[in-house]
Amino acid sequence: MTMMKTSSRWSGIGFQALAVLLALAFTTVVMLISGADPLQVYQNIITGALGSPTKVDDILVAWTPLLLATAGLLLTFTAGLWNIGIEGQITLGAIFTTWALRVLQPTDLPPTLIVAVGFLAGALGGMFWAGLVGLLKIFGNVNEIFGGLGLNFVATALTIWLIFGPWKRPGVGSMSGTEPFPLELWLPTLPGFRLSPLALAMGIIAIAIVYILLRGTYFGLRLKAVGRNGRAAFLMGIPTTRYMLMAFLLCGLMAGLAGATQVLAVYHRLIPSISSGYGFLGMMVAMLVNYQALWAAPVALFFAALNIGSIQLPIVLKLDSSLSGVLQGSLVLFVLLMDGVRRRLTRS
Amino acid sequence: MDTQIILIGLAGVLASSAPIVFATIGETFAERSGVINLSLNGTILLTAMAGFAVAVTTNSLFLGFLAGAFIGGLVALIVAFSSITLKQSQVAVGFILALTCRDLAYYLGNPFMGLQGPRVPSLPIPGLADIPIIGVIFFQQDVLVYASFLLIIVSYVFIFKTRPGLMLQGIGEKPATAFVRGANVNRMRYFYTVLGGMLAGLAGPMFSLSVKAGWKGTISGLDGFGWIALALTIFGGWNPLRAAFGAYLFGLLQWLGLVLQPSLPNIPSQVLQVAPFPLMILTLLLVNIGNAEWVDRTLAALPEKTRKGLANVLRALRTSPPASLGVPFENE
Repeated sequence: MTMMKTSSRWSGIGFQALAVLLALAFTTVVMLISGADPLQVYQNIITGALGSPTKVDDILVAWTPLLLATAGLLLTFTAGLWNIGIEGQITLGAIFTTWALRVLQPTDLPPTLIVAVGFLAGALGGMFWAGLVGLLKIFGNVNEIFGGLGLNFVATALTIWLIFGPWKRPGVGSMSGTEPFPLELWLPTLPGFRLSPLALAMGIIAIAIVYILLRGTYFGLRLKAVGRNGRAAFLMGIPTTRYMLMAFLLCGLMAGLAGATQVLAVYHRLIPSISSGYGFLGMMVAMLVNYQALWAAPVALFFAALNIGSIQLPIVLKLDSSLSGVLQGSLVLFVLLMDGVRRRLTRS
Repeated sequence: MDTQIILIGLAGVLASSAPIVFATIGETFAERSGVINLSLNGTILLTAMAGFAVAVTTNSLFLGFLAGAFIGGLVALIVAFSSITLKQSQVAVGFILALTCRDLAYYLGNPFMGLQGPRVPSLPIPGLADIPIIGVIFFQQDVLVYASFLLIIVSYVFIFKTRPGLMLQGIGEKPATAFVRGANVNRMRYFYTVLGGMLAGLAGPMFSLSVKAGWKGTISGLDGFGWIALALTIFGGWNPLRAAFGAYLFGLLQWLGLVLQPSLPNIPSQVLQVAPFPLMILTLLLVNIGNAEWVDRTLAALPEKTRKGLANVLRALRTSPPASLGVPFENE
């Protein structure tokens, strides 16, 4: 028995390595089709990600919201829910944070307190949007994928309306966003860098909390039961709908905090694409690590590095930076496919 | 407003909805057979780019559409293979493909951005085009729009009035029964998923070679239509007629948004463009809420007359998915 287990673990690793190779091969073929020199592209991505302390700083800045989003998604995935609405939840978090700051800015409250209220408002905004998806699902039978998608579009429209309407810059509104907040409302950063240690700590704490919740608590155990077989869990006396709603709200909370850090620590204002796609990227991370919290943090770091590394592709090589998305997507796809192949081979 | 402008506007709604009709009916075929192809949004973007690129390079519209159908079918084949043969989650694979195909489209489409390409010519039908009102709306279109009319009728008749169509319903509702009666469930699921993907793959070039001619990368304005088509499949209750009605309703709303824009200067155009999405949620709520348990309980407590009236309304609106949608089939 133990021998079989070790051999299946080794074969699992073998198939995963094969999946990574296939993803690299696929991405290389895509590069060749576009007429680019793959070696040059990979080299550019690596230097673009690790070439200087500023770049590494950028990776950590991108890692923070991705960690928060992934942490939240691990909870909804565990409950068997597809929270595609996470993009909108990040956006609503950013909107609520901006709102709180705008209201409190003219008062003579200490800036630290205003920033704290900003975080709180962001968390509430994310929970509000996630709660809507949950209520639509539980009481309206609207599949969370479509409820969430619809609300994503609504959140984007709301952002644009605010930027061009009620919150527009003095003079004329523009796609560059709202008027930046004064320096005292920026989350403190390391001298000379963009990274806010406080925001990063929040991301790491979030993923750690989710790890502990899913690993060793009664709540996590019941959440898993709901995700595996909702009907059976219900018959066993677990209030399934309450657990599903709880998963949505907790995910919304973390997504909202991600939106809040985008406003307080990165952009210092509201911009049209404030979520930067970190919600969907978080879904990819969660799928790639097979919904296991332990591996989520390093994989999220790697994905953040790919994103940062590809930023200079358009400037240096005249290639579109969406190449990083192709590599990330094909990694997740091939890992899933190879997992299916391995299961099929071991079954027969 | 001038009647002529309204007529041309309605003709425009039929034309701009044609790609959505193709994608929605394609998805209806796949889901009727029991497979959800969630990759639609990526399929449409990738085939819009590829169809345009091929048409520009070869100067052949036909090859552009062929490329679209081929790639759409290929993407659907990945969904079918991973879910039917490898038993992986359809939703997961579909979602990954939706994102990856989108990024592929933006990456590979880069050199074709803003190029001048061929465009499907308009083809008024002699005789019919001159009929007052109807002629302007229906018969001064291009060949794709006529094809979309035909597709609606043919697919409706196929699904509900022919033997293979009944078999298709069977493999989505009760695959075990269909299997006993001689259907090769998994092979048919492969077939209809790929067929659906090819139809969705035609939607892309329909955008880039006709409705929104050209390729402009992220600002092509095509991101989101695939998700709309998926929602319309549910709204349509897996029935091509109702799905097409949904597609036209959606097109009409988008057109109204454009028409109303000048009279609402305070609202940015991006906001009106997404106006259909809250309505989409609302309609999904209306067609689904009849399936919720608490609604039955609440209705039971109401007085007889109100209860019957409400129940009838909900029943008329309600749609239920094929019973085995998303459930793998094992013949043992």
